[in-house]
Amino acid sequence: MFNTLNLRAAWIAAVATALLVISILVGSRNLTNFDPALVAYLFGCIFACFGIVYRYTVWLQRPPTWRYFARGWKLFFTGRTIAYGWELTKHFVVQFLGQKFIRNRSKARGYGHMLMAWGCLLAFAVTFPLVFGWIHFGLKPGGINTYEIFTFGFKVMEFPLHTVLAEIIFNALNWSAILVIVGVMIMMRRRLTHAGQIAIQTFEGDWLPLLLLLAISLTGLGISLDYKFMEGKAHQFMAITHAITVILFLLWMPFGKFYHIIQRPAQLGIAIYRRAGAEGPQAVCPHTKEEFDSQMHVDDVKAVAAELGFNYARKDGKSHIEYSPRGKRALLAKAHLKARQKAGSLFG
Amino acid sequence: MNTTTFRTDQEFFFDPQRCIGCHACEMACAECETNGQTAMIHVDYVDRFLTTQTSVQVCMHCEDPVCAKVCPADAITKDEFGIVHSANTARCIACSNCVQACPFGVPKKVEPLDLMMKCNMCYDRTSAGKKPMCATVCPSGALFYGTREQITRNRPKSSPVNTFRFGQQLVKTKVNIMMPKGATELIVDSE
Repeated sequence: MFNTLNLRAAWIAAVATALLVISILVGSRNLTNFDPALVAYLFGCIFACFGIVYRYTVWLQRPPTWRYFARGWKLFFTGRTIAYGWELTKHFVVQFLGQKFIRNRSKARGYGHMLMAWGCLLAFAVTFPLVFGWIHFGLKPGGINTYEIFTFGFKVMEFPLHTVLAEIIFNALNWSAILVIVGVMIMMRRRLTHAGQIAIQTFEGDWLPLLLLLAISLTGLGISLDYKFMEGKAHQFMAITHAITVILFLLWMPFGKFYHIIQRPAQLGIAIYRRAGAEGPQAVCPHTKEEFDSQMHVDDVKAVAAELGFNYARKDGKSHIEYSPRGKRALLAKAHLKARQKAGSLFG
Repeated sequence: MNTTTFRTDQEFFFDPQRCIGCHACEMACAECETNGQTAMIHVDYVDRFLTTQTSVQVCMHCEDPVCAKVCPADAITKDEFGIVHSANTARCIACSNCVQACPFGVPKKVEPLDLMMKCNMCYDRTSAGKKPMCATVCPSGALFYGTREQITRNRPKSSPVNTFRFGQQLVKTKVNIMMPKGATELIVDSE
């Protein structure tokens, strides 16, 4: 196991985890505002932090990933920050929040994924600050009708109880559970009926994440339903099963499908890269004589392929990568024709 | 799910010289539901200004797939049968590295989907012991899927070759190209 340990990543992950622990101590005012009932969730979060940062750092060290990462930030800070910032914002709103690219793959899939994504993001926004003790609630002294919200120990707002606003805030995790459940149902239906998906799906890659989200959402809703309608008779069962499912989610996050939540924002860097490429010189295919990609991208792919040990350099000094995909296919067909002609027969 | 009857005794053989440009393979490929009804096979005019010759190209499923190596998102994987799968839809960040790096010009970037897609040898069919769609409809024998004995019997004057040389780079593939009898590799160099 230790033979494959990436020391640099382990150090960075350890530092990130230590910073998280310090921020929890500071943010919760030395654990004064920390809720001891959430201690199991806290350890799950701390492990997830180490695992995610470790995997992310290992991932960044791969030559193609590092090239995009470095190039993206370099482009962002070389004089066109406002233009690229606007590009990022557009991409974030349309593709991330709006999830247009997934809707283009299929409407049901797009809406199903959007419900799950929004549900999860809302749940993250509520759960993590609560678990870290960064946010806590309390009754306003001197009465029983007003609640206060504190962030990092500072009061940020107050609201009257028994109002629509109070219901929205108190049930935030229930709303997120409902969004996730509807989304999971849509995605499960697709996985049960779509022949193409059935052929390539796997249990751990495709079904387990859906089942886990469903279990988290149902047990989470169950806690509320239990104390509203069952006088808390099933509280222990609901609370324990909910904690187990959430902690499983946190522990699995660095390894399984949910890691794409962390990895996916790399797409924002690609948006900048593509815009910069489109504004710069274009590569022309020596075979088709047509532009097919940005010169920057062709040069980068050439460099990355070489770094990975692929050498497409030809006798005439050109690289095979300088051809467009269509050009490459034509080169292969021509080479095949030449071999057949040399053998004296076009068919055999 | 997670079960397969992939037939390891069957292989893919293709011969660009036999392509008559009928596009039947494209139509058949679009039937594959794993592609979302998008054709992954390429049928091209080799050099329309000089000749009517067409050529067909499927994914060659390289032993050491450069598309997977240059992918910054770890979205492309090769399975135990040697099938190099289309990009994982959750991971692909649509950078097009694979599109530019593939020496066979196979992966397609589908812009509206922000996704790379490519031939996965009709995994929905081959994993169930069936032949890929394109090979079942090709009328000229440019695309053939079967055993090595069958292809040797059908094409006695040709040899299946799965070694390619692109400049300095040696590429070995799962898919075979039909070459003149006795050939051991195809050298793809200057035009």
